[in-house]
Amino acid sequence: MKFGVVVFPGSNCDEDMVFVLEQTLDQKVEKLWHKDRDLKGCDFLVLPGGFSYGDYLRSGAIARFSPIMDEVIAHSKRGGYVLGVCNGFQVLCEANLVPGALLHNKQRKFICKNTHILPQSNLAIISSGLEVDRALKIPIAHGEGNFYADSDTLKMMNDNDQIIFRYCDEEGHITEASNPNGSIENIAGVCNAQGNVFGMMPHPERAADFDLSNTDGREIFESILAGITV
Amino acid sequence: MNTTAAQNLATLEQAQEMGLRPEEFDQIASILGRTPNFTEMCVYSVMWSEHCSYKNSIKWLKTLPKDGPHMLVKAGEENAGIVDIGGGLGCAFKIESHNHPSAIEPYQGAATGVGGINRDIFTMGARPIAQLNSLRFGKLENPRTQWLLNGVVKGIGDYGNAFGIPVVGGEVFFDESYQVNPLVNAMSAGILNVDEIISAKAKGPGNPVYIVGSSTGKDGIQGASFASKDITDDSANDLPSVQVGDPFQEKLLLEASLELAKTNAIVGMQDMGAAGITCSTSEMSAGGGVGMDINLDLVPLRQADMRPFEILLSESQERMLVVVKKGEEEVVERIFDKWDLNAAKIGVVTEGGTLRYFMNGECVSEIPAESLVLGGGAPVYEREYAEPQYFRDLQNFKISDVPEPKDLVVVARQLISTPNIASKRWVWEQYDSMVGTANMNTNRPSDAAVVNIKGTNKAIALTVDCNARYVNNDPEKGTAIAVAEAARNIVCSGGEPSAITNCLNFGNPYNPEVYWQFVGAIKGMSAACLKFNTPVTGGNVSFYNQTTKEDGSSSPVFPTPTIGMLGVLKDKSTHTTLDFKYKGDLIFLLGESKDDINSSEYLASIHGIRLSPAPHFDIEEEFRLQQCIKDLIQNNYLNAAHDISDGGLYTCLVEMGLVSGLGFDIVSDSEVRKDAFLFGESQSRVIVTVTEDYEEEFLDMVGEHNVPVTLLGHVTKGKLVVDGEHFGFIEDIRPLYENAIGNVMSK
Repeated sequence: MKFGVVVFPGSNCDEDMVFVLEQTLDQKVEKLWHKDRDLKGCDFLVLPGGFSYGDYLRSGAIARFSPIMDEVIAHSKRGGYVLGVCNGFQVLCEANLVPGALLHNKQRKFICKNTHILPQSNLAIISSGLEVDRALKIPIAHGEGNFYADSDTLKMMNDNDQIIFRYCDEEGHITEASNPNGSIENIAGVCNAQGNVFGMMPHPERAADFDLSNTDGREIFESILAGITV
Repeated sequence: MNTTAAQNLATLEQAQEMGLRPEEFDQIASILGRTPNFTEMCVYSVMWSEHCSYKNSIKWLKTLPKDGPHMLVKAGEENAGIVDIGGGLGCAFKIESHNHPSAIEPYQGAATGVGGINRDIFTMGARPIAQLNSLRFGKLENPRTQWLLNGVVKGIGDYGNAFGIPVVGGEVFFDESYQVNPLVNAMSAGILNVDEIISAKAKGPGNPVYIVGSSTGKDGIQGASFASKDITDDSANDLPSVQVGDPFQEKLLLEASLELAKTNAIVGMQDMGAAGITCSTSEMSAGGGVGMDINLDLVPLRQADMRPFEILLSESQERMLVVVKKGEEEVVERIFDKWDLNAAKIGVVTEGGTLRYFMNGECVSEIPAESLVLGGGAPVYEREYAEPQYFRDLQNFKISDVPEPKDLVVVARQLISTPNIASKRWVWEQYDSMVGTANMNTNRPSDAAVVNIKGTNKAIALTVDCNARYVNNDPEKGTAIAVAEAARNIVCSGGEPSAITNCLNFGNPYNPEVYWQFVGAIKGMSAACLKFNTPVTGGNVSFYNQTTKEDGSSSPVFPTPTIGMLGVLKDKSTHTTLDFKYKGDLIFLLGESKDDINSSEYLASIHGIRLSPAPHFDIEEEFRLQQCIKDLIQNNYLNAAHDISDGGLYTCLVEMGLVSGLGFDIVSDSEVRKDAFLFGESQSRVIVTVTEDYEEEFLDMVGEHNVPVTLLGHVTKGKLVVDGEHFGFIEDIRPLYENAIGNVMSK
């Protein structure tokens, strides 16, 4: 079992992801350079947060065309696991690997703060191992995290168990006040129909180190590790 | 020098237009032994500007203490100071202003300020891990202030968020003196291995000189000179003086530079900030006692038809000058190619100390490098200073002139929602404060920002502090308080103060009353830095911060010597937080309540009195208090510690309660007026909470340190009570405190 963390120019959460996987979860990790086409035998690919290629056009719009993304897409079509966090989620949407799109936050401002999310899906290993009624405290940091999908797509996603996380309050109530960015149906994370590609705006890697006094994010990684059969 | 360049001689009139004084123009001619040509005059005009030469401040800056047992690189030696934090690691940190650009174009002005300070850090081989900022604006209700605040915060956020270094702390202060001229001070701290420090000195004649990073354009030409004059209504005409930032390029430059730092290929490196190629080539040459031949034709340009002086003075961002070891060129070129950045060889190090710039086969400028720089030939002036009338007048203030309000419950609610006291959440939620996964304050807030040094048992503590109202009302005492408060914040967080960087924001230095403020500030800073053993590692001076009124008259901003302090937690488990932990915990005041409302936010915003003496401060009392707190924390007696600062004791308690939704029940001091007890800002006071089990040990230890201590009361489930009077519930106060600024900004 080996993780591969893709490094785009402008990625800035790549090191944080590597740190959590390697240091706190004791996993093997390779960094995958955007210009390369070699997945180095990685089983589980991660697209980290950041501002790939500066995100000057639209978040994730350029990264989607980088050489490594051809390989990431091929990997996912073979049923391989891919997780996109924040900018990585935006890249997954741009590459049509997960449904929906990420619009500017309702407030038209970048927001960085702790939020709570509630696990929703049994389909995806990223949430299938989590308690369904316990809210996890996971921070967000984005300007374009307002998830949108049209009503048909939403219905399909709901019917197919593709919503993996929804924003909620500390007690796990999914309310308008707990929605930090205007996301439709409080959606914080989704997966594809096959359940092997996951995207989420909150940063689990920012809540996984004991030194930071919040390890709710660890549970998400542990759910992944428990669900993987390689 | 060829004939064309030599014939294009500069005139005194041109020189004055570029900000040089007649005697300076004469001095240039005497250094060169001839009249400078236009390009040379331009080079001198930026290098001898206040911004680059510190000509009106250096005499006094030299009196600041800069020695300390753990200084690796001292003030003035390199781009930033470096402090030994143990275990083979050093911390490079520095604060800088970007006031004038931000006054004209708040978004780009603030963004490029962030870019510039971070480049200072990673040029030395340190990876930035934390940023802070200190911002001052005019009155919040003024629409222009809101425009500036919006732009500055978005500029800092967009740049820093993309660059990927967290903002872990800062301050925002509103006062009418900053109405036209806001202050934007940005600080960055980075970590490096002490054996991998990169110098900013050029050495070794024959070594190639590279420009790396972005291409050079016409933006920011003469920004340094622009920063050296008063801001007026016409300043918008100086818009080309404001640079444009590209955080994506900066991120690439960071990664490429740090990759380069790991190789053996470089001799020295300096970022291009003010005065661009001119400043970096002259400072690197003068630093190493060498010269350079630079071919401006080889500089990658982003627009055609740039003239020599434009290329030399351009302040295009995200560029560095690198002196490479001869024969290692390929290493540099390979790394910069990997990151898709320019790396162009533009010249060579020469013997003899002369800087020569060539273009189109002509030598366009030939100048001794040493003559351009601070510490070399740049002018040094002594300025007159005089005690202002306002300072004599405010000595007459007496607390008895101020009637005590009848209903302090109402006053408390007003005070907690004034912009200077209320939460700055609206500001800092727009900054990524968590990238890098090292900010230990996210879930455990403390007075100073505590940042984890991963892979070690250590953390660093960082804070920026300056109450400019105190400094205005007593420059010497007010600045000593700023240093003391910074140290207090670090101590209350469980750290040991280590060193400071400063950003000295003042009005026009040719005004003797402004210069009097400057001199007082330096004296106060020196005294406090000596007492707390925190040497000054560097920083910058920003003069000419003036607010021009409608009638054309101009008045200086509050003198604002912002102190950025670094502290070290040798053992990160000593990190102490400010929030109430448990209902029933005892609340103690360390330090003494005084009948003192001097210079308080309460006096300014509730009673409208800005001029009064600085609050009570005794440096020996302060020192004893801090030693005591360190001891208490080492012995694990404290459940929480929070220093009393702006807004006084009441604000301090509310801030401690809001984090976990707890309240307090306290009694006041009958010797002291109740408004002074609740809202006064007398210094050297800290609120701590202690569990009943440790009360005795706690009191014994405080006694040993000879620090006054008072049991105020206890932590409640949410009710706020003073002398039996109900001051509301903490959840009623929360929206007043949390939403005050957001409510104004979202109107």
